[in-house]
Amino acid sequence: MSDDIYQQAILDHAKAAEDGGSVETPDASVTLDNPLCGDRVRIDVKMSGARIAALAHRVRGCALCQAAADVIRVRAVGQTVDGIAATAAELRAMLKDERLPPAGAWSDLGIFLPVRRHRSRHDCVLLPFAALGSALQQARASRG
Amino acid sequence: MSFDVAAVRALFPLLAQANGDAPLHYLDNGATSQIPQTVLDAVLSYETTSRANVLRGVHRLAEAATAAYAEARARMARFLNVDADEVIFTSGTTAAINLVAYAYGDLLKAGDEVVISLLEHHSNIVPWQLLRDRRGIVLKVLPVTDDGRLDLSTLDKIVTKRCRLIAVAHASNVTGAVSDVAAIVAAARAVGAKVLLDGAQRAPHGPIDVRALAVDFYALSGHKMFAPNGVGALWGRRALLDEMPPFLGGGEMIRTVTIERTIYADVPHKFEAGTPPIGQAIGLGTAAEWALGLDWPAISAHEMRLAQRLLDGLGRRIDTRILGPSGLQRRIPVVSFAVNGAHPHDVCQLLDTRGVALRGGHHCAQPLMDRFDLPGTVRASLALYNDDSDIDALLEGLDDAVRRLG
Ligand SMILES: Cc1ncc(COP(=O)(O)O)c(C=O)c1O
Repeated sequence: MSDDIYQQAILDHAKAAEDGGSVETPDASVTLDNPLCGDRVRIDVKMSGARIAALAHRVRGCALCQAAADVIRVRAVGQTVDGIAATAAELRAMLKDERLPPAGAWSDLGIFLPVRRHRSRHDCVLLPFAALGSALQQARASRG
Repeated sequence: MSFDVAAVRALFPLLAQANGDAPLHYLDNGATSQIPQTVLDAVLSYETTSRANVLRGVHRLAEAATAAYAEARARMARFLNVDADEVIFTSGTTAAINLVAYAYGDLLKAGDEVVISLLEHHSNIVPWQLLRDRRGIVLKVLPVTDDGRLDLSTLDKIVTKRCRLIAVAHASNVTGAVSDVAAIVAAARAVGAKVLLDGAQRAPHGPIDVRALAVDFYALSGHKMFAPNGVGALWGRRALLDEMPPFLGGGEMIRTVTIERTIYADVPHKFEAGTPPIGQAIGLGTAAEWALGLDWPAISAHEMRLAQRLLDGLGRRIDTRILGPSGLQRRIPVVSFAVNGAHPHDVCQLLDTRGVALRGGHHCAQPLMDRFDLPGTVRASLALYNDDSDIDALLEGLDDAVRRLG
């Protein structure tokens, strides 16, 4: 059964993702595709030192992909590059290695626990984090 | 039409088992079909009574295996109405097209043109891109109409004197459109080009008179036509196959090997290097023979009636757009659609909770998705064993899925 994925929390985040915000003069903008399903995520970031000052996204994807992008939009501002990398690793471990959801600010990622049982959908959740990771790397590189 | 769908379902163990508490509405036949007991029996019989390698033993088992393998080829040939020694067993459609792209491609020169289309499966795009990069051929693309058919209005502009091959789907795995083969063949003949049809999606809907189609190559996959995985077939005209160099080198494809050079075996063995998938090929031959014995006019009427029921149901939804022909003319029972505000994967996942197996995504046809500016579609692909309950479960499940996602 796959009913369990579509809990209200995920659907609410997915709906909110219709407005991905906007960032004027982003330091980096990265678009990533999921070759399996054609989902596409763009993340724009503006940095303030090592921290994310502003972030926007555009998602052409499923509810899971949209919801993950929305959680990022809500939570990522003020976070450091290293903090994001750690969160992405925790999310991956939660899906793939049965670890607990991240604690603290990112505990909302627990809404994706039911996705664990649907391997083919893991990448839907992880794609926005992959795009964010690449955007942060790009921003770091462009600052030199 | 007196087509007894219940009797057909009973021939398929997976479908027969799925009744009761856990209903199964298997509408992903375009990806892989189910397999009837008679095909499983043929594979098991080979594995348990005559398992041996083919074409190289003199013992009893090897003789039996070789005979069964030859019979499988003969059956495949009858299914396609061609000569058996022009049928090459491959691992599937992808391998068959790659074989042609490599071996026929070897006869092409820089500047020669190959024409494909925008609705091709990636397996009929990428091998030609590889050939382009290897040999400097020019790859040209036939456009697609708004209703998901090959747009042949510019055929005579696209197919020039430099064209050596037109390679297109016999039927689209996304839109269900069946190509106008006669027009394509006429355009090719006018400039001396050859025609390859990707028959992967057409083959599950009955025997094909390839001779009457007057094409030069025909590719198909076993697993989509009620046979095992890991086997498929390529038919090619004898004269062409003779002219083409081998694709893979190894055992079973040679006449004499010295360290300096090799004299190849005759076709089809020239193109069947190494031990073939013997049990699978026997299964494919059995599936072909089984299909030859069915009442296809009645089955087509049944499949098309279901397709119409689905098209009608989807047509009543204002939020749903069908990607493909709206009618039943020149189409197979494959129906793709996009639902406003509901992503194909979410729709498929929610329908899975009702036992409805669909495919959502780009269907290995990304250029076609780009043409329609869609990330993907939901696809229902029907086979002879589907019935009204499958269509109704889909339509009801879709209502519910859209309500939940909306
Ligand atoms: C039209 C078409 N061509 C080619 C293929 C590739 O077939 P296979 O993966 O069996 O090689 C498919 C399968 O999805 C198809 O639908």
